[in-house]
Amino acid sequence: MMDDLRELYQEVILDHGRNPRNCRHPDDHSHAAEGDNPMCGDRLSVYLKIDDDGTIQDAAFEGRGCAISIASASIMTEMLPGLKEADARHLFDCFHELVTGQDINGDAGNLDKLVVMSGVRNFPVRIKCATLAWHAMTAAMDGRSTATTE
Amino acid sequence: MTMTAAVAETGIAYDPALVRADFPILSRHVRGRPLVYLDSAASAQKPRHVIDAERRLYEEEYANVHRGVHWLSQTATQRFEEAREAVRRFINAAEDREVVFVRGGTEGINLVAQSWGRTNLEEGDRILISTLEHHANIVPWHLLAAERGLEIEAIPIFDDGQIDMEAYRRLLDRPVKLVAFTQMSNALGIITPAAEMIRLAHEAGARVMLDSCQAISHGVMDVQALDCDFMVFSGHKIYGPTGIGVLYGKAELLEKMPPWQGGGEMINRVTMERSTFKGIPHRFEAGTPAIAQAVGLKAALDYVSALGLERIADHEAMLRQLAVERLSAIEGLSIMGTHPDAAAIVSFTMGGIHPHDVGTIVDHEGVAVRVGHHCAQPLMDHYDVAATVRASFALYNTADEIDALAAALEQTRTLFS
Repeated sequence: MMDDLRELYQEVILDHGRNPRNCRHPDDHSHAAEGDNPMCGDRLSVYLKIDDDGTIQDAAFEGRGCAISIASASIMTEMLPGLKEADARHLFDCFHELVTGQDINGDAGNLDKLVVMSGVRNFPVRIKCATLAWHAMTAAMDGRSTATTE
Repeated sequence: MTMTAAVAETGIAYDPALVRADFPILSRHVRGRPLVYLDSAASAQKPRHVIDAERRLYEEEYANVHRGVHWLSQTATQRFEEAREAVRRFINAAEDREVVFVRGGTEGINLVAQSWGRTNLEEGDRILISTLEHHANIVPWHLLAAERGLEIEAIPIFDDGQIDMEAYRRLLDRPVKLVAFTQMSNALGIITPAAEMIRLAHEAGARVMLDSCQAISHGVMDVQALDCDFMVFSGHKIYGPTGIGVLYGKAELLEKMPPWQGGGEMINRVTMERSTFKGIPHRFEAGTPAIAQAVGLKAALDYVSALGLERIADHEAMLRQLAVERLSAIEGLSIMGTHPDAAAIVSFTMGGIHPHDVGTIVDHEGVAVRVGHHCAQPLMDHYDVAATVRASFALYNTADEIDALAAALEQTRTLFS
């Protein structure tokens, strides 16, 4: 098996894919949106609980997808609580740069455990898988009910 | 003598190694490994005969067709109309004028929906579409239904992927204007009982739109024996060029259909106030057609005819049988569409391993399969999956390639275990 394939399917990703964290439908969410990847038909719903001062208190998701999209959603929902909306959007920007292989603007430190997703940069057709939950997160914060990776 | 001619004329056993030599792309490597191309259901590779036919036309005989008084135009017109005659022979249509050149199967179905449909269907009319359909045989009817207030109903299938004929008969108890269905499922490989379905539709007074985009390369096509009213296929799925396809329609129906696109080539006389139109099939071929692609399609049809559709089908049946055996032995792998009437396609899921992950991993072994919903989302909904892995087989595939697929799938399973 080739090295970039091993880099893509790191043990951490396989673990999140098999045992996703925060995979639930919380009743007390304040924001929600469904992300749709028309290329493969995968769909994820993201639920956020954002308090009055704009801090994300809780993040969860449910739906079906490939190992990459599920792992990305799982790690995302672990990292969002405690962040301000603007920080969450900025984190997506940095993550997008990571998976598209662009230079990271000195913010690699913020990516924390998301760096396990860096192998996606060698698989351009899988970028939409990696960003599906993030598009849904953005839509939820914008007050839109759906997001598409197209 | 070409390899094909050698295979065909000496009557020796079908040898895919000889056939493969006709397909330049099959000798290339992908990701450092020999290409294992198992995605012919999406688009088939091209034999040198097709590539050469297009190049020869451009290098020696190309000009615009019809109405030209100069030699080149007359020659190009002759080649273009020879291609129409080759299609007629290949599908056993009664007359050349029943063969309309279109961009592909999708455009052919849209032509029927827009021209025949708008003329013959009105509010409250019913259309039946099978659950197996490709979006190309669903969406054009959705567009028309929204415009005209038509009622669309699904012909159900059993879990083995085959049409539920009892349910189909019951759907025909009430008046139906059109039945649109596939001769072979692009997602599962299931061959539908087309002749019987067409007979029942006609008994009920309905017309039939047969989607033969998949079936065309896997068996002998005879539109008169099937008695379908309309049939479409795409050139690129039968080893021909992209951008060319065929709509077959019974002459008595085509003659009563209005043009669906206006322009050059399709008129008799145009004044500033009005136009009069040519007869069929040219009435439906506005603008400069895909001339070289039509000539390439003829070369493709000649090629498969020389090899023999029956021999091709036998070879592909052997490959499918082998694939079913090898894949069934893989832990957690589940094949969809288990009805015995099937050809050239195996569609499957691998438990908790998503098809997109499977596709990425086997691609690294040089194995090209298609993953996703295969433009058949209602069928995916029937099985409650978002996607499957689809391996499809063609006249040039080998038993070794089935082994390569099985080995790559075992690697996938190991990685995810």
